[in-house]
Amino acid sequence: MTTTLSVENLRVSIPLSAGVLHAVRGISFEVAKGETLCLVGESGCGKSLTSLALMNLLPSRAKRDADRIEFDGTDLLGVGERGMARMRGNSMAMIFQEPMTSLNPAYTIGNQLEEGIRLHKGVSAREARERAVYLLEKVGITAAASRLTQYPHQLSGGLRQRVMIAMALMCGPDLLICDEPTTALDVTIQAQILHLIKDLQREFDMAVILITHDLGVVARVADRVAVMYAGEIIESGDVAEIFSRPTHPYTQGLLNCIPVPGKTRHGERLGTIPGIVPSMIGEMAGCAFANRCSYAQDICQQHVETHTVAPNHAVRCVRAEQVRTVAAGSLA
Amino acid sequence: MTTTPILEARDLHCTFQVRQGMFQPKRPLRAVNGVSLSIERGGVLGLVGESGCGKSTVARMLLGLQAPTSGTLAIGGQPLEEIGRRELAKRVQPIFQDPYSSLNPRKSIGSIITLPLYVHKIGAPADWRRKVEDIMDLCGLPKRAYDMYPSQLSGGQRQRVAIARALVMRPEIVICDEPTSALDVSVQAQILNLLLDLQKELGLTYVLISHNLAVVELIASKVSVMYLGRIVEEAEGQAFFRQQRHPYSQALLASVLTPEAGLGVPDAQLGSAFPNPIDPPSGCTFHPRCVHATELCRTTAPLPARDADGLVECHLFKDTVPAGYRDHDQGVRL
Repeated sequence: MTTTLSVENLRVSIPLSAGVLHAVRGISFEVAKGETLCLVGESGCGKSLTSLALMNLLPSRAKRDADRIEFDGTDLLGVGERGMARMRGNSMAMIFQEPMTSLNPAYTIGNQLEEGIRLHKGVSAREARERAVYLLEKVGITAAASRLTQYPHQLSGGLRQRVMIAMALMCGPDLLICDEPTTALDVTIQAQILHLIKDLQREFDMAVILITHDLGVVARVADRVAVMYAGEIIESGDVAEIFSRPTHPYTQGLLNCIPVPGKTRHGERLGTIPGIVPSMIGEMAGCAFANRCSYAQDICQQHVETHTVAPNHAVRCVRAEQVRTVAAGSLA
Repeated sequence: MTTTPILEARDLHCTFQVRQGMFQPKRPLRAVNGVSLSIERGGVLGLVGESGCGKSTVARMLLGLQAPTSGTLAIGGQPLEEIGRRELAKRVQPIFQDPYSSLNPRKSIGSIITLPLYVHKIGAPADWRRKVEDIMDLCGLPKRAYDMYPSQLSGGQRQRVAIARALVMRPEIVICDEPTSALDVSVQAQILNLLLDLQKELGLTYVLISHNLAVVELIASKVSVMYLGRIVEEAEGQAFFRQQRHPYSQALLASVLTPEAGLGVPDAQLGSAFPNPIDPPSGCTFHPRCVHATELCRTTAPLPARDADGLVECHLFKDTVPAGYRDHDQGVRL
């Protein structure tokens, strides 16, 4: 498999009056052609800032830093703003969470769909229009040609999200970043949209980075998973491996928190993770999860390495091996 | 089953007159179109359905915030009109979805939770502080939160404040409108545990509105599925999650993404469009999205059929139910 995007030691920091907030603290990952990577974590873990950092769309006061961000053989750290502008919406595209607010209410659907491709590819108005109709049909919108003259407010939430997806695909991107693409939608529409993203990914052989907090979405859509906590990737690996043998205490805690249809008994108490996320202002030593972890020992205050516990399964935990043994024992 | 249900709604309708354009005439939007509900004391009714199906309008009517166009609502056997607004607020309280916008940012937590006691002049003011601290303790809020402001609390703690504010009046019924959907996964579990504990401790009755079916399965003792202003299926909670009868309920359950790797995204075969409630489809309103739809479904609306397992409103089931069990509201179908 060819690697589409590889990121090494990405850091995002935001200077505040109280000190520097280290929102993303040195994460590395890769996505290959045709592969889906899910970044999963709770609010404030830095998953959305990671996606904005890749697109170089961070708020102006946030600082991006990395050893390497390589996309399709190009070093993104060196291309500058003009180079990024040529790539955004062209070879890398993004779908945002709120289909209500990410479309411009003052322009027609057709206008917004065609703008990017005419700018990036220099195609004629007719070709752009044909491509727009083709993609609207692809994403399951009926009477596509007549939709082009409609405005966003005339469409339902599910339709708007489909338009967003069609827009992201207009230039045939190699990398599609989806930031919580279905969080604002109904369960029935959610399943349809995810289906659509998977189908289109197969058809156009794209790399997809999907950002979500919903473990159900992760389990069903991802090839590989990276679990984020307090700005770090604390566990990553193949989706089947992560869900069958979660090893980091935080991942285990998350999986215990959610009611599972058919498994959780009626009225049963759910597992919880005690404590709260530590402040990410200033330097942090040792494991960020130590203050909430039942396995924590003194050694967790020191620098934590990432351990490979199985092929395609890495965990950032000093006691990974012990946790794994204990968890396996409790399952047996 | 001789006890009076604590909450009973019969044939509720709520119609809004809406204009679709500046010069267009007003047209009726039947947000709620003949809904009947009943809950026993201490039960939990889960109300599920897609956005726009009218479940929040039902909640607003139960809270007395929206007058029904027709139909009756009774609490503990007493009609809503007789109860009066003040008394109703003592007996029915809401918990809303978003703890960031449902709390006044300029009031301290203590005064937010005290306000209902002050408005309703419950007990002596000297006892208020103790009462509030008791309920805060019950909801898992630390004592020092009394003098804090909402901005100093996390999302989960804010939702605990919203719950404490609802419970300080010791209501009988709590209407929870998506109580956990704005919260993080780990916080959601804490709030659900709290709701379960409080229900046992205080003998509360919940109406739980949620699109998260896993949450409904965990808490609800009875489930009502709404589609375009009608209840299309009603059943005991556990039975419902074992076997759904209405094709729409089946599709809803099939769309749930359980955290099991390798199963892929399910295809519920629902088609894309939730119909426009101003222009509902003919016959059974679900027929354009239904895999089992026949000619009969396109022309004739099914009648609700009630049997020992609950209620289902679908032509597939009309023959399996003895005629005597059919509901009586044939005349009011629009």
